[in-house]
Amino acid sequence: MRVAVVSLLAILFGLLAGGVLMAATGHNPFEGYRYLFEGGLKNPERIGNTIATGTPLIFTGLAVAFAFRTGLFNIGVAGQMLFGGLCATAVGLNLDAPRPILLLVMIAAAFLGGALWAVVPGFLKAKYNVHEVVSSIMMNWIAYWTVYYAVPAYFKGTYLETESQILPAAATLRDPFISGLFGGSYINMGLYIAVLAVIVVAFIMNKTTIGYELKAVGFNRHTAEYAGIAVNRSIVLSMAISGGLGGLGGMAQYAGNANNMQIGVLPSQGFDGIAVALLGASAPIGVMLAAVFFGLLYSGKGFMSAMTEVPPEIADSIIAIIIYFAATSILMERLVSWLIKRRKGQRSKPEEQQPAPPPGETSGKKEGLYDVEHH
Amino acid sequence: MEYIVEMLNIRKEFPGVVANDDITLQLRKGEIHALLGENGAGKSTLMSILFGMYQADRGVIKVDGKETKIANPNVANRLGIGMVHQHFKLVENFTVTENIMLGNEIGRFGMLDVKTAARKIEELSARYGLNVDPYAKIEDISVGMQQRVEIIKTLYRDANVLILDEPTAVLTPQEIAELQVILKNLVAEGKSIILITHKLKEIKAVADRCTVIRRGKTIGTVEVASTSEQKMAEMMVGRSVAFKVEKQASKPGETILKLDRLTVRNSKKVEGLKAFSLEVRAGEIVGIAGVEGNGQSELVEAITGLARVESGSILFKGDSIAELGIRQRIAKGIGHIPEDRQKRGLVLDYTLEENMIIENYYLPPFSKRGLLNKSFIRKYSEQILKSFDVRSGQGAVSIARSLSGGNQQKAIIGREIEQNPALLIAVQPTRGLDVGSIEYIHRRLIEHRDKGNAVLLVSLELDEILNVSDRIAVVNNGQLIGIVNASETNENEIGLMMAGVPAEEVQT
Repeated sequence: MRVAVVSLLAILFGLLAGGVLMAATGHNPFEGYRYLFEGGLKNPERIGNTIATGTPLIFTGLAVAFAFRTGLFNIGVAGQMLFGGLCATAVGLNLDAPRPILLLVMIAAAFLGGALWAVVPGFLKAKYNVHEVVSSIMMNWIAYWTVYYAVPAYFKGTYLETESQILPAAATLRDPFISGLFGGSYINMGLYIAVLAVIVVAFIMNKTTIGYELKAVGFNRHTAEYAGIAVNRSIVLSMAISGGLGGLGGMAQYAGNANNMQIGVLPSQGFDGIAVALLGASAPIGVMLAAVFFGLLYSGKGFMSAMTEVPPEIADSIIAIIIYFAATSILMERLVSWLIKRRKGQRSKPEEQQPAPPPGETSGKKEGLYDVEHH
Repeated sequence: MEYIVEMLNIRKEFPGVVANDDITLQLRKGEIHALLGENGAGKSTLMSILFGMYQADRGVIKVDGKETKIANPNVANRLGIGMVHQHFKLVENFTVTENIMLGNEIGRFGMLDVKTAARKIEELSARYGLNVDPYAKIEDISVGMQQRVEIIKTLYRDANVLILDEPTAVLTPQEIAELQVILKNLVAEGKSIILITHKLKEIKAVADRCTVIRRGKTIGTVEVASTSEQKMAEMMVGRSVAFKVEKQASKPGETILKLDRLTVRNSKKVEGLKAFSLEVRAGEIVGIAGVEGNGQSELVEAITGLARVESGSILFKGDSIAELGIRQRIAKGIGHIPEDRQKRGLVLDYTLEENMIIENYYLPPFSKRGLLNKSFIRKYSEQILKSFDVRSGQGAVSIARSLSGGNQQKAIIGREIEQNPALLIAVQPTRGLDVGSIEYIHRRLIEHRDKGNAVLLVSLELDEILNVSDRIAVVNNGQLIGIVNASETNENEIGLMMAGVPAEEVQT
């Protein structure tokens, strides 16, 4: 409950600051926001596009959130997306099978590819205590150059050297039914998988012994070790699941929203996943809502810049500011405490005050995220 | 009488608990005033209010007779109130001087004036007999010296009132004696001290007056000189307390644990335990006595599987377990109450019920086919918490971090004893606990023995070792100095052996 208030406040402050920014650059903020939201929500098609834009972010947000909850910082989701996407593309272009089987194999390939990419930093952390932030960033670049090499070499597009061959329609997540429901939007089956992933992740985290183990290792690896939990195995497994989710994000992007891969691009969704996870307080359902909200900003900003003079960079700035507020959730929580206290104080004698959060309650996981580069 | 600090009718409520309920504490100028209470009685909350970390819901604080509001620790510092926390707040890889300057830096043009600060620290150190090297790095100095650094930190900021939160919990007996001298020096120089503790011996040794609180309420303030330890213990616990646990003579049965020439290297790759042989049998409590860092940790880690054995063997009920994993050893019947409850014993961000199943969550009925059985876990935990009197705000769903240290410890002990291990390794099981809880835990350990189990008790408290153990093994520098029967020895003999004098040479 309180967490949700913090996230909503972060959004509110982000929007306010964006308004100030628009006003300061000589634009009308009300008009700007009107078009921003209209651009994302005006008609079923635009709503569909908003959700579709948010779909890969659900996966990448889940990937980061899952790692956060288990004490790891997976900053390599972009690379996991790329490699997962490459694996799915390889299957989609080469496997001749009925569509359901083809798609299932592609999904499995994407998951395994992403998982493989994350297992490497996981293993290095478990075995040699190499910090996963460093090694997973390095893996991003390995994925980047792997795609750079593999796409022209093996999956060259018909017209362009820099793009992979277009996937046959059967090998994409296109779904005329849901697309029709949203007035011909490019929304696709990726959404189903995303919702399923949200449910599965929430289930693993809260109901299973694996989730219990992984979280215990994340919170306190010494105690986990003392209790006989295989700490190193847990770290690798945790990274594998996180990376697998990132790989699915690649599938949703390259075989869902798009139908081929481009070389020379490190997908920004991988990094936005960090923001999504923060704003969603690392809770699966929160991640889903945050991802759709980011989808709204991204899909609305084009319309805003088309209809007004407000530059699209303003929307990016708003996103950045929201991340700042979400990342500094300690400050926000203090603000909430203070507001509650004041209201209680006005109504009656302070009979039941909220205590300040005990030190250390907001865990250190969120520290040091401010310097993440957004591409 | 002149009071330097007065806390009058203080009340503080947290969700589900009234931590302080109408507490009054008056500190005279130049006295050592003990604040005595059980774990969770509200001592730390009260001091946090005085130090400005919490705001009281009701009540008045007066400093030098003037009513004041202490909004945060900076205000407390300005009023001359300094606090030495139980868990030190020092930067490990900074020097003493750097730590003390932190937050109060002096210098010019952005350059630190370390020299001036170091000189001031040296002066303070000499004046109060603190013996602190301003240029030593924190990670290189002993816990006792770290504590003295914390004390200098408050003096450096011109504190007149020092609050010490359970200062002896982390100290060796020698360090405790040193600290008591230091406290007396401080008072002689005009400082006033509030000493939070539940160790009656120490109150008797240094304090002038003592305020006792129980379950958030003031029970009374007494003159220490004219009040017996028994009386203070009764005020604190609310009933009469036995200092010595009653127990029958042990009836040792089969050998449960047999260590033969066990050698273990510590984290610095040095042999911390050298060719150590020991037998622990069913129905007996074997105490390991020794000064901290003489091989106790290596011994315990080798038996539980946290450390690798260099050479020698560990037999558990006749089977070698040296190659087994930690989980397998637990499953075989080895329980472990770890030395550091926050580092090893608990996942502080987990709820109590989640902590109660940390070793057996994967077994039915706690889980089936990988799914946690939450209703069973709840019932199981609530029963442990009830039977071990663990007090928390919200019962089984309280976050472990929110509990007082003593209650955290009781929860761990409950978890371990509940699994009924054939061998229970208890390391410092009563560290930081009050007499009421100590008595209770000692009784549970003896009960566990009487059920025909083996107990290995590792403790730095000689009283505890002598009181609870049947046999005592003394370690020094990683080696076994000797084994004596608890009924045939005394503090003196053990003390000499702890210093490395073999049993044969000790005159009794």
